[in-house]
Amino acid sequence: MEKILAEYKVGESGTIKNVSGEKRIRRRLFDMGITPGTNVYLRKKAPLGDPIEITIRGYELTLRKTEAECILTEVKR
Amino acid sequence: MKRFALLGNPNSGKTTLFNSLTGSAEYVGNWPGVTAERKEGTYKKCSEPITIVDLPGIYSLSPYTPEEVVSRNFILDEKPDLVINIVDATNLERNLYLTTQIMEIDVPMVIALNMMDALTKAGDKIDIKKLEEKIGVPVVEISALREDGLDELMRVAYEESKKERKGVSVIEHPELCHLIGDVKIALEAQKVDNPLFHAVKFVELDELEMEMHQNLVKMVDDFKKTFSDDTFGTDFDAIIADSRYKYITKNYSPTLKRKHVGISDTKSDKIDKVLTHKWFGIPIFLVILLAVFHLTFSENFLFLGGVLGEDFVSLPGTAFEGVFGEGAIYSPGVILLNLMGVFTDWLFGLIGGLFSNSAPWVQGLFNDGIFAGLGSVLSFIPQILLLLLLFSILEDSGYMARVAFMLDRLFRRFGLSGRAVLPMIMGFGCSVPAIINTRTLADEKEKVATIRVIPFFSCGAKLPILTAVSAAIISHFGFTSSPDLIVYSMYVVGVVVAIISIIIMRGTTMKGETPPFIMELPSYHMPQFKNLMIHLWDKAKHFIKKAFTIIVASSIVVWVLTNFTFGWKFIADGNVNDSILGGIGMLLQPIFTPLGFGAQLNANGWVFIVAAIIGLIAKENVIAAFGVLAACIAGGAVSSEEGVQEVVTIIGATGITWQGAIAFIIFNMTTIPCFAAVATAKAEIPDKKKFSGTMLFWLVASYIVSTVCYLSLTYWWTAIIFAVVLVAVLILIRKVNFKFKKKR
Repeated sequence: MEKILAEYKVGESGTIKNVSGEKRIRRRLFDMGITPGTNVYLRKKAPLGDPIEITIRGYELTLRKTEAECILTEVKR
Repeated sequence: MKRFALLGNPNSGKTTLFNSLTGSAEYVGNWPGVTAERKEGTYKKCSEPITIVDLPGIYSLSPYTPEEVVSRNFILDEKPDLVINIVDATNLERNLYLTTQIMEIDVPMVIALNMMDALTKAGDKIDIKKLEEKIGVPVVEISALREDGLDELMRVAYEESKKERKGVSVIEHPELCHLIGDVKIALEAQKVDNPLFHAVKFVELDELEMEMHQNLVKMVDDFKKTFSDDTFGTDFDAIIADSRYKYITKNYSPTLKRKHVGISDTKSDKIDKVLTHKWFGIPIFLVILLAVFHLTFSENFLFLGGVLGEDFVSLPGTAFEGVFGEGAIYSPGVILLNLMGVFTDWLFGLIGGLFSNSAPWVQGLFNDGIFAGLGSVLSFIPQILLLLLLFSILEDSGYMARVAFMLDRLFRRFGLSGRAVLPMIMGFGCSVPAIINTRTLADEKEKVATIRVIPFFSCGAKLPILTAVSAAIISHFGFTSSPDLIVYSMYVVGVVVAIISIIIMRGTTMKGETPPFIMELPSYHMPQFKNLMIHLWDKAKHFIKKAFTIIVASSIVVWVLTNFTFGWKFIADGNVNDSILGGIGMLLQPIFTPLGFGAQLNANGWVFIVAAIIGLIAKENVIAAFGVLAACIAGGAVSSEEGVQEVVTIIGATGITWQGAIAFIIFNMTTIPCFAAVATAKAEIPDKKKFSGTMLFWLVASYIVSTVCYLSLTYWWTAIIFAVVLVAVLILIRKVNFKFKKKR
């Protein structure tokens, strides 16, 4: 099932399908290893609900929900 | 001399490696992006000395951040003999992404595989021989922290630097490889260095490359028309990034054997469950913050005051009377301050003794001028260093990155990113390290706006002004409330003014998109003792140097101006009203009438203006100046703890109202900070216009804020007018910006 990363609940994981958004931000997400086919796991949300912390390629990355909205995934059931 | 460049991801241990190789003392933080500019050092254990250049940590050679551009231009333009690519073994895939880009440049390279110890500890393994074979450049296992394998690394690097290496690409996308090949041939025909690297960047539609080779743009555009990828369309940079990672996962990742497969909680994750907890995360942060300030500034350590009783004095009758506590035990920070005070008093007494037979003006110059100025600054150094140490521990452990994570949402409302939290909080200790720390902010305008509000987070040196004047107000006007209440309110006013200023600046002159918050969260680790000491020693040197240069010079100037008349005659009877500084104070006095300490005061009223001017050198001078001035006005030294009695004398002698006295505190808190902070701000804001704008901002902001405080405290109804004006301004900025956005 397709799901945007920004809509993930804590503990959910999936596989990245595509990354959209403004050129710079998208390039930055790619550079950090958010590329199609990669597994992503939503580890935590900040106390105020945003930003979020994800585990990707074996490390921890934080990003805001606005940035996570650019990331389309296939969620694991 | 050969030159090797160090290149790698932020937080991969690059600066630690640099320090170990060169014996330098650069500060390392557990916070991505601590090295903002390049640094050079020398490695001496090879057959010839080698210059090592430490470049800023980067994730990619794209042209989007200043760090990336600095590193990229260095490698391309200054052509080092070799690149040491430091790779964090615990984070292999992402680190090797940069490696695949460096590989495209025609420069010899060696991979330093760092943090293998941490990897082994977790039970994982990397087949180094196999990795080396796959990448095609030497891979050396090191531990930068424990200084393991460094000589081997340098031996291999030295041998490698004698060879030549042609760039190779890992991109396997058939159509794009073809295009890259065509561009490369065109570039080679133009005799461009590093044709492969430039060709790949060009196909990525890299802005820097497009500008450089405009004649080739059409070639790529024509190709675009004939091409479309299923996932990415014609976004070549996406295809290339994807291609790199695909290659890494296919060829390099299998060399890593993990003990645990899948998601598991590491030690850091467990710590984070508590420290960034949904409900307790922010309260825990506030408690840690209070603990830091309590350790540094409290005169009632662990709240033992009530137990010990009012009459408690430590070591009565000795030279150390009251140094460790009075009515309570002092916190370590206050004890350090007092000890340094005892030491400087002793030292200056000793030196002053040598002048006991000299002319009165010579004695005055040394005792009331140089020594008074030096003493007030030197005695604060240990306390400020303790505060810096505590903040460095928080930063080094990796906690501050979590604070940024937790507070980002809140800060975004003001137009800043969560990274601005740390410098602002450090401002409560000392503006100088706080302003230096703004380097971690990616956006230039965000950085300038943050530097401007840092002085509003009232620093340690301003605390004596707050406590002494507040206590004097309570005592002179006979209020029943506690002086602490006034002090706390002043801190709150400072923070509120900072927030309002940020909102206004980010909506007008310092406008800009909030930069993205895509940040790596480093693992927690124990702070390194050596690293902390390096950092502290560096700062201590900085402060001591400043004390013996700027502070001595300005103390002499102030002393001369308060002790000589315009006719250049020494004032022996202590009548400061005739002094040059007194004259200047009286001249400027009317300007301060709306603030409550101007023309409405009597003949002695200029002392407030003079105190504020002297405070520009060092804020602790304000209360020291009151001491000198009170003695002159009262015709004899008025001496009391923490300068309260001096301020009471001044209040009585000038006829200032309590509202005026509070406006005076606020003015000192929000106006141009001390010399040291101004010099630091100048270094951090290279743009001359923005720097003079910053000075003007401080003057205007302090004038307006103090006026608002004085008037609304004196005539309550003016507060309503000010509130309405503020709301109107904020709404107007919002509306105008909204319209502007719509137009675009």
